[in-house]
Amino acid sequence: MKALAINNLKKTYANGNVALKGINLAVEVGDFYALLGPNGAGKTTAIGIVTSLVNKTSGDVEIFGHSIDKEIEAAKACIGLVPQEINLNLWENVANTVLNQAGYYGLNRQLARERTEKYLKALRLWDRRDHQARSLSGGMKRRLMIARALVHEPRLLILDEPTAGVDIEIRRSMWDFLREINAAGTTIILTTHYLEEAESLCRHVAIIDEGEIIEDAKMSTVLRKLQREVFVLSLARRLDAAPGLDGFETTLRDECELEVAIGPSRSLNDLFAQLDKQDITVVSLRNKANRLEELFMRLVKSKQEDRQESGT
Amino acid sequence: MNLSLNLVAMQTLVRKEVMRVMRIWVQTIVPPAITMTLYFIIFGNLIGRRIGTMDGFDYMQFIAPGLIMMSVITNSYGNVVSSFFGAKFGRHIEEMLVAPMSNATIIVGHVAGGVIRGLTVGLVVTVIALFFTKLEVRHPLVMVSMALLSSIVFSLAGFINASLARKFDDIAIVPTFVLTPLTYLGGVFYTISLLPEFWQKVSLVNPILYMVNAFRYGVLGISDIGIGHAYAIVSVFIALLFGSCLYLMNHGVGIRE
Repeated sequence: MKALAINNLKKTYANGNVALKGINLAVEVGDFYALLGPNGAGKTTAIGIVTSLVNKTSGDVEIFGHSIDKEIEAAKACIGLVPQEINLNLWENVANTVLNQAGYYGLNRQLARERTEKYLKALRLWDRRDHQARSLSGGMKRRLMIARALVHEPRLLILDEPTAGVDIEIRRSMWDFLREINAAGTTIILTTHYLEEAESLCRHVAIIDEGEIIEDAKMSTVLRKLQREVFVLSLARRLDAAPGLDGFETTLRDECELEVAIGPSRSLNDLFAQLDKQDITVVSLRNKANRLEELFMRLVKSKQEDRQESGT
Repeated sequence: MNLSLNLVAMQTLVRKEVMRVMRIWVQTIVPPAITMTLYFIIFGNLIGRRIGTMDGFDYMQFIAPGLIMMSVITNSYGNVVSSFFGAKFGRHIEEMLVAPMSNATIIVGHVAGGVIRGLTVGLVVTVIALFFTKLEVRHPLVMVSMALLSSIVFSLAGFINASLARKFDDIAIVPTFVLTPLTYLGGVFYTISLLPEFWQKVSLVNPILYMVNAFRYGVLGISDIGIGHAYAIVSVFIALLFGSCLYLMNHGVGIRE
């Protein structure tokens, strides 16, 4: 049984816009799954169909074996959703927002109160429990939506851009929190524009573009497809020109920073050995671009070129 | 359908709706109280004294049940339409749509909210009416049941309006161009026996006439129509409107893309 199984899912909106062209996805139980894609690729539509917010045109969706066509209530009970847009009742207070959601999932009042306290504390909102949602900052609203999605302790948590507009400190603490609940057994599907976030958190990645899945594999497998990585080295002494290194492309960014592109047949050991011979000491190094980001751009660009060539 | 889940969900919805009405009581309870006080002063006291009696009752007594029913109808309708459309507009309707409660529960929960506000306002207006006139309730069961059933009818109608509405103008059109004229022509201020025969027959098409007259029968013991007809018509409307609400929810009309 899969946490989520999507088979040939299609969606055409009333205005004729084809958002999904027959996608297939299978999310294993306990996975931390990234669904990535540029704006308008179909991510939110796919999530909308899975969570019953959007009517599908055709195809099948099963959540923990429950078909959304035949067992919609059982399927819904398995899911917690943190949507992309803020969809809080801004006049409702924080505690009641979570309490009401618990009630909609059938949790009795006592249990609902306990869970509300648990998740508001976990997401550092307990001291704001009597405040109206409209008085919260953007980051707090996002955390409130996460608490609301978790109050019935769903088996599958879907987060659509959960950290958009959230500062770095809060984002990191949200990552830790998501890792914890995933480790405790909750399957998580994440869409994000921060590819560093997906690379850091997720074990599986699917990339969707123009309503089609163009990549669907383990994160490690996907990252291995990168043929070239670019590192930026901080040097101990100044250089006048980029040093010639056999098998590496080098560019001097400024007199103390060297950019080195490394192909699949070369290693960092080779690089350091050659730098050492030239008496160049490296103080620190970093990736020029996020690896997943680079791969993502390459896949999307390549797919778009394919489409242009085939005239579609 | 999971009965206990839906029961808890419905209690939650009703609690939320009641808290909403209480939180904004200045918008939900006070305006109808002020409006109806003005009706009693102007139509009942100032103009009513010149009109004299109607169907054997002084004019203030005659219009009191109609004004109570008018406030029940407009507030039941207004509560559901503003609450449900507000949830659509603010997108927090998604809180309900993603949850495993049934569509019938969502409808009944909102209707219960409309009924509670309608009857609360009705009670407030009744108390105000007692400052102006004497009301000896002849058939309390008829009075209470008709107020309840009428508030259900208009709560359901409000739900349909909110489901289909796309902008705020859409929720103002029905109360302005349909609800208010039907209420004013529904025998609140006069007995239809005063109308020419043709217009009496036309009036019989107006469902609010049946509700107002049945309610007046409950309070004063007089009515222009048969009470059995009123119950039958109200019951048919409830069935039709509930079926329409369920259809809209099941197909996501105006709610899901």
